[in-house]
Amino acid sequence: MNAWIEKQRHLIDFTLASLARRRTKNFGLLLVYTLLVFVLASVALYTHALRQEAAQVLKQSPEIILQRMVAGRHDLIPPGYIEKIGRIRGVQAIEGRLWGYYYDPVVKANYTFMAPAAEAVRPGTLTVGPAVARSRGLAPGNTISFRAYSGKLFSFTVAGVLPHSSELVSADLVLMSEADFRAFFAYPAGHHTDIALSVANPLEVRNVAAKLAAVLPDSRPILREEVLRTYASVFDWREGIVLALLSAAIFAFAILAWEKASGLSAEEKREIGILKAIGWETGDIIKMKLWEGGLISFTAFLVGFIAAYVQVFRFGAPLFEPVLKGWSVLYPRFELVPAIDSLQVATLFFFTVFPYMAAVLVPIWRAAITDPDAAMRS
Amino acid sequence: MLFQPAIIALLLASGVAVAMLTAAAPFAVQVIRQWDIASGSERQLALERRTYLFSTLAVFIMVVQLVALLLFVFNADRMSEMFVGAMCAVGTLNVNPWGFPALLAQMAVFFLAAAWLAVNHVDTRAPDYPLVRVKYALLLILLPALAFSFGLQLKYFLGLKADVITSCCGSLFSGDAKGLAAEVAALKPVPAMLLFYGTIAVSAGLTFRHARTRRGGYAAAAASAAAFVATLVGVLSFVSLYIYEHPNHHCPFCILKPEYGHQGYWLYVPLFAATAAGLGVGALQPFRQVASLKDIVPAVSARLASIAAIGYLLVAAIATMMVLRSNLILIEH
Repeated sequence: MNAWIEKQRHLIDFTLASLARRRTKNFGLLLVYTLLVFVLASVALYTHALRQEAAQVLKQSPEIILQRMVAGRHDLIPPGYIEKIGRIRGVQAIEGRLWGYYYDPVVKANYTFMAPAAEAVRPGTLTVGPAVARSRGLAPGNTISFRAYSGKLFSFTVAGVLPHSSELVSADLVLMSEADFRAFFAYPAGHHTDIALSVANPLEVRNVAAKLAAVLPDSRPILREEVLRTYASVFDWREGIVLALLSAAIFAFAILAWEKASGLSAEEKREIGILKAIGWETGDIIKMKLWEGGLISFTAFLVGFIAAYVQVFRFGAPLFEPVLKGWSVLYPRFELVPAIDSLQVATLFFFTVFPYMAAVLVPIWRAAITDPDAAMRS
Repeated sequence: MLFQPAIIALLLASGVAVAMLTAAAPFAVQVIRQWDIASGSERQLALERRTYLFSTLAVFIMVVQLVALLLFVFNADRMSEMFVGAMCAVGTLNVNPWGFPALLAQMAVFFLAAAWLAVNHVDTRAPDYPLVRVKYALLLILLPALAFSFGLQLKYFLGLKADVITSCCGSLFSGDAKGLAAEVAALKPVPAMLLFYGTIAVSAGLTFRHARTRRGGYAAAAASAAAFVATLVGVLSFVSLYIYEHPNHHCPFCILKPEYGHQGYWLYVPLFAATAAGLGVGALQPFRQVASLKDIVPAVSARLASIAAIGYLLVAAIATMMVLRSNLILIEH
């Protein structure tokens, strides 16, 4: 074992020295390689962080949301529905929610208006989300008017701005009192937008949903786990599409690696010739060349991955944001929580190191079988 | 559901492997028919040179296949959140009938690849390459196996539909269900422990004996295969219960999940390594008598056997530790 390690150590030593001798040629390859890892790793890291973020946000949302459907469209929950559900075992709380969308022609964006049940907002005041505050230049104490869909103008005082830490969910949120909400939208009394149910045991969620569908056949229960699953597939799918598009780049890179590895300079040829003349075997040369590929791969992978990490988590991935994140006029600004997923590192490895090594095998062999006399004479 | 990064990576790996082996196949036939180490003809020289290429290629493919198995399982576990009813890799693999066959095929390719690597290793150490023909014949056998595994994977991944309601591990590995897995899961803990520790002790002993005395290679290999099965039975029937601290949850895949600290990998990685080494011992035994391998085969196979012995002891130690650390009481004193 020791002899084997010793041999590999000397091979690495020699390889490093020979790489250093042809700095410019190897640097070009290393640069392209690093760039490829960087691009792919950015995509992987960014989607993973988004997935994490979505999961984190949805953790707080109710397990089941019940909507009423009329002719296949989402409709208001009429009075008496909550009572009709009654007590279902496993359900901790039932709450009718009031919310709606409001299009603000001033900034050409949609706001989400909501009358929270838990925290009271005084009538005549609003609490606004950070993106709304930014786009309309609002601060606590300011007054703002909205023209309701009925044509009437309503004025409110801004009581507060929601904290930045909740921006991912509250960017476009406007909180108001229930009375204001009903007056603003001319919302029929006793009606709700939908019903939120919290269920303690995750294994019971499906049973509760089945019971709800039985009691209220015109309703549609939406499960949190389904929303989560959809998010996960959407982000994975986006990542997959980007990677598939980038596969052209991977191909190009493999071709470049092949070219670089097969275009031996006269000096390299002579070197191999001399090595063979002094007793190196073909197998040794192949090993040396494989080490060369391995060292280049390792360096490129490490540097590319770290650069991607910095790009995504320090600078917010400006390069891939629009494709992967989606967009909206009032898009939340949020900080991604750094997270590395080992599956993604392994996948990334297959996308970069594997094609590189596959591409350089034949050129390496071709270099290694050169006859010593032919190599030295040329 | 083809646009999953890990799926693309897996298909890329097996696709390239199949393509490379297919490219090597005509050469393999040529070697089998025309190889003559004693000849100094130009053709023989060319053949010898090309063996370097195809040996390196084959080693590369085999090593990639070893890693691909890990990625396959890892990915199946991760994708479970996308399927209704799935809680771990079992659900993902059950989405369509190709999942488990694909896993088994990948495992078979893993062990075949390991055995081939062992044969290749001894062959390259002998000065006259006595096993070249055998090696390339084996490569020709491996090609359909690899292509089959690739086909199963492709079929499985193409058939992954997110709207399928799959079954969870609880229904597959419970004592009341039908099928081999359920039968094994229903095994009482005491006989299962006896079987597990007994088989591990025997195979560790046999592989260790082979490492010391260089005798009983086939027995050591057979014991390795038995230990592999016994460990899987042990995981199904009692180790998993202790890890989950739940008397009825027998799933061998949930232990790979982060909720249980990825403990399964601690068990499976040494198990697969040890079994691969043990089977490698068996793969080398037919070539003990080859003149130029008289010294090489026993040395290499002894080393493989000691790796296997250490691996099995490690598996037993890890399983024991999992049992001792658990708060579950299955056996009352």
